[in-house]
Amino acid sequence: MTATPHAATSPTGGIRQAVSDGLIITWRNLKRIPRIPELAIFAIVQSIMFVLLFAFVFGGAIPLPDGGSYREFLMPGIFAQTVTFAAATTAVGMTDDLNKGIIDRFRSLPMARSAVLSGRTLSDVVYNGGILVVLMLSGLAVGWRVHTGPVEFVGAVALLLLFTYAMSWIGVWVGLSVPSVEVANQVGFTVLFPLTFLSNIFVPTQTLPWWLRPVAEWNPVSALTAATRQLWGNPNPFAAAGFPAEHPILLTLIWVAVLIAIFAPLGVRRYQSMSR
Amino acid sequence: MNAIIAEGLVKIYRAKSGDIRALDGLDLAVEEGSVLGLLGPNGAGKTTTVRILATLLRPDAGRATVAGFDVVRDAHRVRTVIGLSGQYAAVDENLTARENLVMFGRLYQLPHAEARRRAGELLDQFALASAADRVVKTYSGGMRRRLDLASALAGRPRLLFLDEPTTGLDPRSRLGMWEVIRERVREGTTLLLTTQYLEEADALAHGIAVVDAGRIIARGTADELKAQVGGERIEVVVREPAAIARAVQVLSRHGDGEWATDAHTRRLTVPTAGGAQALVRIVRDLDEAAIAIDDVGLRRPTLDDVFLALTGHTAAATEDGNGAGDGISRGDTAGTGGGDGTPPIPIRRAVEQTPRKAE
Ligand SMILES: Nc1ncnc2c1ncn2[C@@H]1O[C@H](COP(=O)(O)OP(=O)(O)OP(=O)(O)O)[C@@H](O)[C@H]1O
Ligand SMILES: [Mg+2]
Repeated sequence: MTATPHAATSPTGGIRQAVSDGLIITWRNLKRIPRIPELAIFAIVQSIMFVLLFAFVFGGAIPLPDGGSYREFLMPGIFAQTVTFAAATTAVGMTDDLNKGIIDRFRSLPMARSAVLSGRTLSDVVYNGGILVVLMLSGLAVGWRVHTGPVEFVGAVALLLLFTYAMSWIGVWVGLSVPSVEVANQVGFTVLFPLTFLSNIFVPTQTLPWWLRPVAEWNPVSALTAATRQLWGNPNPFAAAGFPAEHPILLTLIWVAVLIAIFAPLGVRRYQSMSR
Repeated sequence: MNAIIAEGLVKIYRAKSGDIRALDGLDLAVEEGSVLGLLGPNGAGKTTTVRILATLLRPDAGRATVAGFDVVRDAHRVRTVIGLSGQYAAVDENLTARENLVMFGRLYQLPHAEARRRAGELLDQFALASAADRVVKTYSGGMRRRLDLASALAGRPRLLFLDEPTTGLDPRSRLGMWEVIRERVREGTTLLLTTQYLEEADALAHGIAVVDAGRIIARGTADELKAQVGGERIEVVVREPAAIARAVQVLSRHGDGEWATDAHTRRLTVPTAGGAQALVRIVRDLDEAAIAIDDVGLRRPTLDDVFLALTGHTAAATEDGNGAGDGISRGDTAGTGGGDGTPPIPIRRAVEQTPRKAE
């Protein structure tokens, strides 16, 4: 029997091991994507369906208060909607790993404890980033344009990815809490669809009943959409002045921080309590 | 030195329908470099034991050390020396076999080149080289099982936990798996193996611990356990009740121990140490004595026999019943599991039979 080469690793593994193990899990999750191409394809098709549906079918009936192109108004919303669904992607991936027993194997290995969750959330950010690229190309095709500089462009992309990361932590918690992939999917859609429809994605909030307006304007998805519109110089109508209208970028960052502060500890706690 | 020690392990699963006491004071000790077979029926607590030792579950009471490290306080150190192959194959279906093995090797903290080399080695060893770069989704159950075991070995563990490694394999794959496992043991790996088959424990393990309802109810070598159950028996069913007396003479000549008869079914039973050879001799002599027979056979003790002898209830009765109380009770066995952990006295099954001393 040869000496075990890893016997020297410190009990906690340290930050370097946490990073390298997290990247291995990220690599593994990304490697799976082309092996199940249907998942990515349908995610993209679903978003494109929304683009087509609203740009060509309902769009004509939705006038913007200050004029402007509905399609340019729509696309940032579609991006925000897409990254919101990152929560469902993560939840399904997590539940699947759990049920296939692969998480048990990971837990029996001398790897950093954080790696499974950090790898999962990071790979889902990369995955959604890839989907965003495809959607932006289709956006350009229907007439959406960025009217500001590269800094603003990158800034909005960064916000979208940060938001993806926050949603992904919600997905981790849900994924570890539900018994099966079907339930994970169901929870995702039941929560996320109302969240994206009670927002400024498809219609200016002016068109909503007065009592729904504050909900729609403070909605994190609306904040992200408004921030993106503002950064790219796309039409960004608001019903009334107020914090969400004046500071959409700040509001998005606050939401990201709040969501991560709530759901990351919940997810980590769930993960650790699996040994009970 | 003991590589694995478990003392008084208790595990209670909290379920909606009530708490399930899966382990109820389980003790174990496995000598470094040896193989312990954990033998028990469905629901006995085998998987729970393995999961606690592999740091996946915390015991509610009791303690366990693996390679000298406490499985709760020093879980990370335990993980550096163990390999686990669970009851259900846990590999990534959407990666190839090679990708799986390299990933697990890396997570065992091997450097990349070393992990790749190790993966190649394991693929050869487990006869998976030709399918190495195929996605695991396309693998048969047996191939997955082999890959799962290979994954457990990616980090060259000193200790190996195998939870029912051959369940679901065809006889040929099972023998292949046995060979692979023996190879690890020859290289000095300490092995804890769970199984429902006495035969498998017999083939692989140095020592056997029989577990039932969350406790160890007997331990010993396979031979010792079989001896407790009565070892192999030859059974003969004669055609004419009148021939029983003459058949008994034949049986007592070749048997090794007390013989028994049952006049109603015309069945004669005698323990034997001679196996098939003894069977051949008995058949020949019965034929020479012109005794007509309806049936004849060599009966090996099964897990069921071990259970019947040790606990007084059949193996199947333990499942989810989580206690011996609802087992089928039999008047011919003494003690049901023994509250003090000592194996009960082995008892022959002889209710409708009339045991007599041979000679
Ligand atoms: N997660 C769980 N929740 C509730 N009860 C459980 C859980 N896992 C196991 N049990 C119960 O604990 C007992 C022991 O289960 P365990 O899986 O350890 O048995 P086993 O010996 O491995 O059985 P098998 O041969 O069927 O694999 C059983 O009664 C089982 O129903
Ligand atoms: Mg089991």
